[in-house]
Amino acid sequence: MTLLRPFALDRPETLEEAAAVLTEHGGGAALYAGGTELLLLMKEGLVRVQRLVDVKRVRGLADIRAEDATVVIGATARHRAVEISALLRERCPLVAGVARHVANVRVRHVGTVGGNLAFADPHSDVATLFLALDAELVLWRRAGERRLSLGDFLLGAYETARRDDEILTGVRLHPWPAGTASAYLKFGVHERPTLGVALAVTPAGAGAPAAVRLSVGCVGPKPQRFPEIERQAARMGVAELAARAPALAQAAADAVETASDLHGAADYKRDMTRVFVRRAFEIVAARAAGEEPRARYPYTVIV
Amino acid sequence: MPDTRTPSSFRVALTVNARPVTLEVPAHALLLDVLRDRLGLKGAKRSCDIQVCGACTVLVDGAPVSACTFLAVEVDGCEVLTVEGLADGDRLDPLQEAFMQHGAVQCGFCTSGMLMSARALLNEDPSPTRERVAHYLRGNLCRCTGYRKLVDAIVACGNQGTT
Repeated sequence: MTLLRPFALDRPETLEEAAAVLTEHGGGAALYAGGTELLLLMKEGLVRVQRLVDVKRVRGLADIRAEDATVVIGATARHRAVEISALLRERCPLVAGVARHVANVRVRHVGTVGGNLAFADPHSDVATLFLALDAELVLWRRAGERRLSLGDFLLGAYETARRDDEILTGVRLHPWPAGTASAYLKFGVHERPTLGVALAVTPAGAGAPAAVRLSVGCVGPKPQRFPEIERQAARMGVAELAARAPALAQAAADAVETASDLHGAADYKRDMTRVFVRRAFEIVAARAAGEEPRARYPYTVIV
Repeated sequence: MPDTRTPSSFRVALTVNARPVTLEVPAHALLLDVLRDRLGLKGAKRSCDIQVCGACTVLVDGAPVSACTFLAVEVDGCEVLTVEGLADGDRLDPLQEAFMQHGAVQCGFCTSGMLMSARALLNEDPSPTRERVAHYLRGNLCRCTGYRKLVDAIVACGNQGTT
């Protein structure tokens, strides 16, 4: 049985109050937005925290709202809120769909989007999918606000570019244009995903060129995009995408950075990347052609 | 200088199984320990201790949470429901009846968590499909592997319209 060591708890109601605590206590204070990851590490004694700063009471921080052409998910929005958000179901249906499969129902009711991203667990469906939505993170501190792309925010496993006095307030998603076919594939036998693939194919139209977005995550220290493969694939029609899926998948497997951990060896994950990127292209090509593929794969969730 | 801004313990007022309760709890107290050791409610079990197995599932304002990894201070002002609060006196919850009828219990260790997750599901969706039940219970492990009867019981309870 594992117990928590004693700590102090602050419950600020404004960002200013939260920032004051962070400034005063520096690295001894940790932001707390749900605790589904942080409390586990604290229970195991892997991190020592003197002070938790609960940001869930900061007003507006859990909102999910449209801003111009983007959707902003507040840092303390719970996975469950993402799952049932009418705005996300309309503008980013894959985000709502994937939220339904994050961890388990208890974690979804307690864990938050901001907590997930700021914790930077390499096995994150949220980070893998959001990378394909060109997510930008909003980091607040008294001196001002800055925005970082998710790719720049995530430095590696459990490591981010957030400074000690900064508070992650939200994440801005750039919804894919109407007519985009997409899929998220998640594979694994453990609680956290072993591999995630997000793929979106937008046909040319309305003066905009065709676009392909491919993100692979959970297999290495942080999720990755594949600009060269995306450019190649964007030049292909739907039928060609399906036919060339094996070659595109091989290119992704060659380019992906993998790491060995309890989910498997680096080589195994490279091979699984090849397998699942191919499947993702096949599924999205089918969806782009108006068909829902019937294929089912072991230990795999297809959203 | 003593830190007066952040008290080391918090007064929480909540209802547990519809009974009002007021407690002083330290910030680091886990809900599971408060329920089991302070309130004597032993139905929620400590098992995996990492939010994976579901044996410690209780409902906080209707939502299932892992009490093993949930700060007790968070339940201030909330309604907490544990397995002890499912029955109404001697009248069992229809789910409990369905579990008995379908033999959805083997060793019994996961049962309280299963019941609480299933109760949360039926409150949300009174007649769930098998697929929905299986998806919802993904985070509740039965190491006797008696899943089929569990799903049978929950689906049947939904179909009876007595949820």
